[in-house]
Amino acid sequence: MSGLVLFRRGRVIDPRHGIDGVRDVLVRDGKVAEVSEAPLQVSGAEVVDAQGRWVLPGFIDLHVHLREPGEEGKETILTGCRAAVAGGFTAVVAMPNTKLVNDSALVTELVLSRARAARLCHVYPAGAITKGLKGEELAEMGELVSAGCVCITDDGRPVMNASLMRRSLQYATLFDIPVMVHEEDLTLSGKGAMTEGPTATRLGLLPIPPSAEVAMVARDLVLLEETGGRLHIAHISCEGSVRMVREAKRRGLNVTAEATPHHFTLDDTAVGQYDTHAKMNPPLRLRRDVEALREALADGTIDAIATDHAPHGVLDKQVEFEKGINGVVGLETALGLTLALVHDGVLSPSKAVELLTHGPARAFGLPGGHLAVGAPADVTLVDPAAEWAVDAERFFSKSRNTPFNGRLLKGCVTQTWVGGRLVFSNGQIQEAR
Amino acid sequence: MRHLLGIDGWRREEIETLLDRAEAHLPGGSASTPVLQGKVVANLFFEDSTRTRTSFEMAAKTLGAQVLNWTAQGSSVSKGETLLDTVRNIEATGPVALVIRHRSSGAPHLVARHVRCAVINAGDGTHEHPSQALLDAFTLRRHWGPLDGRTVLIVGDILHSRVARSNILCLRALGARVVVCGPPTLLPVGLKELGAEVTTKLDAALPHADAVMCLRLQLERQTESFFPSTREFARLFGLTAARAEKMKPDALVMHPGPINRGVELAPAVADGARSVILEQVANGVAVRRAILEVCS
Ligand SMILES: [Zn+2]
Repeated sequence: MSGLVLFRRGRVIDPRHGIDGVRDVLVRDGKVAEVSEAPLQVSGAEVVDAQGRWVLPGFIDLHVHLREPGEEGKETILTGCRAAVAGGFTAVVAMPNTKLVNDSALVTELVLSRARAARLCHVYPAGAITKGLKGEELAEMGELVSAGCVCITDDGRPVMNASLMRRSLQYATLFDIPVMVHEEDLTLSGKGAMTEGPTATRLGLLPIPPSAEVAMVARDLVLLEETGGRLHIAHISCEGSVRMVREAKRRGLNVTAEATPHHFTLDDTAVGQYDTHAKMNPPLRLRRDVEALREALADGTIDAIATDHAPHGVLDKQVEFEKGINGVVGLETALGLTLALVHDGVLSPSKAVELLTHGPARAFGLPGGHLAVGAPADVTLVDPAAEWAVDAERFFSKSRNTPFNGRLLKGCVTQTWVGGRLVFSNGQIQEAR
Repeated sequence: MRHLLGIDGWRREEIETLLDRAEAHLPGGSASTPVLQGKVVANLFFEDSTRTRTSFEMAAKTLGAQVLNWTAQGSSVSKGETLLDTVRNIEATGPVALVIRHRSSGAPHLVARHVRCAVINAGDGTHEHPSQALLDAFTLRRHWGPLDGRTVLIVGDILHSRVARSNILCLRALGARVVVCGPPTLLPVGLKELGAEVTTKLDAALPHADAVMCLRLQLERQTESFFPSTREFARLFGLTAARAEKMKPDALVMHPGPINRGVELAPAVADGARSVILEQVANGVAVRRAILEVCS
C-alpha cells in the first residue's frame, strides 16, 4: 500500500485531541500522516473535496449481532459489515450469541476469517462468559482472548448466578478485558413484554419493572468494587441505572456504559398498537428514562453509543406482541439519530462524535477512534445538512426490523474509509476485488 | 364495516349509539330483521370460553348468519401454524366478521391489519374485552338511565383483567366514576391515566359504590405469589354477605362470570336481590347482536 489520500478542507472533529475545525488530512499507507490547518499541497494524492463535510474518525460500535454462524437468513458477517460501513462504522464488536455460540477459538477464528474475506470494516469478536451462554460454567477465556476476542459477554442473557459473575470479573483481570453485561434479573422481568408504565397497563401487556435492570446494575457494581475488574454495561436504559453508574464512576470504579439510539430516542409509547418493531430487550422505557439517558450521554456517565444491531426476519415480528422477538437493526440509522441529539441541543457536535468514536475505543481499549498522526486511516465523512427519510427497504442489512422506518433524519454518511481504503461512497458499497 | 378491537378510542356518542341499538335487539325489540341472512360469522376461539362463544353464536344465528365455530384444540395451531396463517385460511372461506378470543394481548389488532373482513375482539389476553364492557354498561343503563355521577367499584385482580380495562374505559366514557380495588400486587401502575381511582381498602370504598363488579380470580395467580392464598384473598377482597350489608341499599352486584363461589363472591350475594349477574348474561346477546350488526 502506498495510497496517498488528501481530505481537503473538511471540518475535522477529533474529540480525543480536542480538534474541531477546518483541516486538511493526509493519509499515507493506511495511516493518518498529517493533519494541517493550512492547506496541503501533495503531489500524487487522491484528493477528496471535503468542503461542507465533517471529517470524523470512523465510528466504533461495541454491540452488534451479525448472526453468523447459524442465522445467515437474518444477517451474515458480509451483509452486517456492509450495513456497518454504510452507517459510517469502521469497527464493530460482534456478539457471541450466534447459533453456534462463540465460546471457543474455533468460532472466533471463523468470525475473523469471514470478516477478513468481507474486507469492509474491522470486526472484533466478543467471546461468551459462560459455555453455551448457559450461565453455568466459565468458557475458556484465555483461549478466546488469544484467538482475538476483545471482551466477554453473555449478551442477550444475564449471568444470574452472582458468584459466577464475581468470578468472571476476577478471572478477566488476567487478560485486562472488559466483562460486558446484559443487566436483567430474570425473576423480575418474568413474563413481561414491555416496560412497566401507563402504556403497558393500557395495552394489557405484562410489565417489566425497571428494577429488573437497576438491581442487576447495583449487584454488579458491588461485585466490581470487590474484584477490581472491568465492567461494561450494555444498552443501559433506566434512570436508576444511570444514577448508579454516575456514582460508581465518581468513586473511581472501572465501569463503562453504552446506550442505544432507540433507548435515547423512543419511549414506551412507541409500542403504539402492539408494534413489535418497538419490542426489544431491555424494553423502551418511560420519557423520564429517555431524558436521563440524554443527560448521561452529555455528562460522560455513558461512554459510548452502541446500536445493539439485532437483525430479525419479517416473520419473527409478524406475530402476537408477546411472542415477538426482541431487537432492532441499528447500524444504518445510528448517525442520524445521534445527530438528532445535536439538533435538539443535548450534545455538542464534538460530544456526539466522541460517543461514536473515542468513547467506545477507550472503553474497550480498541485502536482507532481518533485522527492523530499514526492512527489508522479509518475515516467517516458526514454531510451534516443532508435530510433523508429512513427507508428500511434500502438497508444494506439483510433485515428490516426498525421502528424508525419513514423517520426524517438530518445528517448522513457520504463516505467511509477503512485503513485508507474507500469502502462506502454515496450510497454504494465499494467491494474489494 | 368497522372493527371492534377495544373500547379505547371510542367516544361517548359512539358507545351510546351502540347501546341504543342493543335496546332494539332485546327480545320483543324492533330490530327483528335477519340482517346477516346468508352471511357467515367465524368464531375463532384460541382460548376456551364457552359463555362468550355461545353468546356470540346466539347473536349471530338470531341475526340469520351461519356460524363457523373454530377452536384451537386439534387444529393446525397445535402443529405450529402462525396466527396469521390460521386467520387467512379462515378468511378465505368468506366470513363477514371474525370474532376472536386469544390469550395474547393485541392479537386481534395484528389480525385486523392483515384481513379485509371485520374483526371483533372477544377478549385478548389481559388487554380488553369490549363486548363485556358494553353489556355491563348496557345492564347498568337499564337500571339507572344515564351513568353520569354514578360510582362503579371494580374489585379483584385488575392487573390480569381485560374486563376491568374495558370497563374502566367504557364507564368513564359514559360519565361514571370508576374505583378499582385489589391487593397492591394486582394493581398495575398507570390506572389513573386510564381514568380509574385506586384503593386497596374495600370496606371503606363499598358504602360509596352504586355498583360493585367482582372479577373472577384466576386461582393459579396464587402460585405466582400475587397473594398468599385464595382463603386470604376472600377474607380481604371477597364480597361476603357481611360486606354486602355495607353497600348502599339499592347498589347492584355484577360479575362477568364464571364465578369462583366463596372466593371473590359469596353465593348468597351472587344469588341475592342485588345481583344482576343473570341479566348481564341475557343482555349479552342483545349487545352482541348490535355489535355484529354494526361491524358486519
Ligand atoms: Zn443485550
